[in-house]
Order: sequence, then structure tokens, then C-alpha cells
Amino acid sequence: MAESHGGAKGTGAHTEADGGHHGGGFPPFESSTFASQLVSLAIAFVALYLIVSRFALPRVGGAIEARQNKIEGDLAEAQKLKDQSEAALKAYEGELASARARAQAIGNESREKANAQAEAERKALEEQLSAKLAEAEKTIASTRATAMSNVRGIAADAAGTIVQQLTGVVPDATSVNAAVDATLKG
Amino acid sequence: MKIDPIHQFNVEPLFTIGRIGDHTIAFTNASLYMFVAVGIIALLLLTSGKQLVPGRLQSVAELSYEFVASMIRSTAGADGMRFFPLIFSLFMFICVSNLVGIVPYTFTVTSHLIVTAALALLVFFTVLIYGLYKNGLKFLKVFVPSGVPGYILPLVMAIEVLSFFLRPVSHSVRLFANMLAGHIALKVFAGFVAMLGASLGVVGWIGGVMPLALAVALTALELLVAFLQAYVFAILTCIYLNDAIHPGH
Repeated sequence: MAESHGGAKGTGAHTEADGGHHGGGFPPFESSTFASQLVSLAIAFVALYLIVSRFALPRVGGAIEARQNKIEGDLAEAQKLKDQSEAALKAYEGELASARARAQAIGNESREKANAQAEAERKALEEQLSAKLAEAEKTIASTRATAMSNVRGIAADAAGTIVQQLTGVVPDATSVNAAVDATLKG
Repeated sequence: MKIDPIHQFNVEPLFTIGRIGDHTIAFTNASLYMFVAVGIIALLLLTSGKQLVPGRLQSVAELSYEFVASMIRSTAGADGMRFFPLIFSLFMFICVSNLVGIVPYTFTVTSHLIVTAALALLVFFTVLIYGLYKNGLKFLKVFVPSGVPGYILPLVMAIEVLSFFLRPVSHSVRLFANMLAGHIALKVFAGFVAMLGASLGVVGWIGGVMPLALAVALTALELLVAFLQAYVFAILTCIYLNDAIHPGH
């Protein structure tokens, strides 16, 4: 322990301070050491106070403050960037929505136009077709009338010839026509 | 081997500086350890980096800075920050002195009543002078607690005055006694180990395990006490200064 170095040095170096110790004196209450301790404490503490107040605290406090400022600055910067990106996102979304609306409008418009065109074409075609149909019906009717009158003539001729072959009498054309007409109608 | 648990507190002059009156002023081992403490604090605070991300030493410096600063703010308010250098110096000086004192073969500056008394009186007179300077006679409201009925007021005032003037005593004796008792206990238990070994041989060395374990445990306790007493001294300083800054509770 500390016994080895203290005693010898104390007796050699100084006369006053070692008057009591080892003799049963209690070192903290040895008044002969007080003056020395007070002077050293005053010098040491004043030096410490000056070092602390002039250099140490400004230095450490400055480092802390610089960090604080840096953190606050970085946070503000981050917030700014976040706001910017949010604004950009909002702008993008607005742009997207308007583009979608425009696309829809264009789609609707072109669909309607296409429908209207198709409708008009269909109508024109139908009219054309119905005109053709009417014409064709007319042709059929006239052809049919012609054919019917041809059939009547042939039937009348055939009837006249048949009557002549059977009876040997040439029949009256008027009565033959009337008979043929009656048969055709029936 | 002789155990002398008091020997560690001896103040041994290393060389004489001069005389004041009939007192010899010597540079003693106590002086040496005072300057060692100042040197360690200066080294810690002045060589720590100023990095954005602190290293270990810088963290210690900044933690102690913020520890003391928040202690002052919470007990004495923002006005107390004018005493930041004083309280920081006191806290660091006592804390480092206490911690250095735990290292074997060193001297514990704060185990001497004259040192702790000087520091406590420094605080006492700072409180007294600043309180009177700042508040004038209103400072005397410190002795007059509000809300006390008139008929017991004289008694309460007497107690308040007494406790005010006894502050430096309790302030200094608390630190002194803690350090003294702790070091004596450490020395006694450590001394047992050596004594048992020296007198009983092998059996003694085996028997010495118990006091050795106790000495280790006590060392841990003393580390705690070293910090705690510095903290207590500093926070009491803050509380006393709070009286000077805001008199009248």
C-alpha cells in the first residue's frame, strides 16, 4: 500500500507538516497543512475556473451548438425537399387526372362521331337497299303480269286447239278467253 | 505488515514555496493531485474533438457539459446559467479528484475537510454576495417562508437563519466524510488480505479471498460514491444559488 513512500519523504523534505502524523494525529485535522492546501487549492481552482470559463465551455458548447444547428439545418432541408416532392407528386397527380379526363373526353367524342357516321352510313345503305328492293318488286310485278298475260294467251290457244281437236268445231275466241279467265281466277 | 488506514491521508510536502506569516507554504502531494485533477479536466475538455459525430473523449466532455447544464436549468432556472462555469468547475474538480483518489497509491484531495470547506465556503459566499447584490434586502426573504402564521414566524425564521449558516458545514462535511470513510474502509479490507497472508501463510492467503472480494465490491461502491458526491455537491450548489437568484420560496 501507500506506506512505503510517504514516511521517509515527509521527514526529509519538511519539518512542519509531519509534526503530527504517525504520532496519532489525524491528517485532515492537522492545521499545519491547511495553509499549503488552501494556497494550492486557490491556485488550482482559479486556474481550473479560467480554463473552464474561457476555453473549455465555449469549445464544448460550440461543438454541441454546431451539431444542433447542423441537425436543425438538415431537418429543415429534409422538410423542404419533402415538401417539394409532395408538391411535385400533387402536380403529377393533377396532370395525370386531367390527362385521363381529356383522354376520356376524346374517346367519348370519337366514339360518338364514329357511331353517328356508322348510323348515317347504315341509313343511306338501308335507303339504297329499300329503293333497290322496291325497284326489284316492281320488276317482279311487271314480269309476273307479262308472264300471266302470256300464260293466258297460251292457255286460250291451247284451249281453242283442244276444243277444235275434240269437237272439230273452231270455238269462239271470246268464250274461250272467258273460260280461261274463269279457270285462272279460280 | 502494519495497517495504517489513516496514513493515506497524510499531506506530505514535496518542496517549499514560501511563507505567509508564520505558515510555511509547501507544494504537497495534495497540491500535486489538485493540479493533476485540473490537468485531467483541461486535457479532457481541450483536446476532445469537435466532430459532428463525437468520439469517446468528446462524448465524455459533451455529456458532462450537458449533465451540468441540465442540472442547473432544472434546479436554478435559466438565470442560473451565469454560474455554469463555477458549478461545472466544482463538479468536475470534485468528481475527477474523487475518481483519481480511488486509484491505489494516490492521494484523495477531497478527503480533507479544509479543501471541502473551502469549496463550500466559496459557494456560501457566492450565494450571499450575489443574493445581496442582485436582490438587495429582498434577499432576506430567503429567511421568511411564505404562508407561515405570524405567531410561529419568529421560530421559523430562527430555524431558517440557522440552517442557512449551517449550510457550508453540511455541504463540506458530507463530501469530506464520504470520501474519508470510503477510503478507510477500502484500506482496512485491503489491509486484511495482506495481513492474513503475511501472518498465516497459505491458509491466510486462502482466507484472504473474502476481504479481497469485499475490497473489490467496495471499490465499485466507491466509484459510485465518487460520482454521486460530486453530483450532490453540485446540485446543492445549484439549489443554494437558486435562493440567491429567486429569493422567497
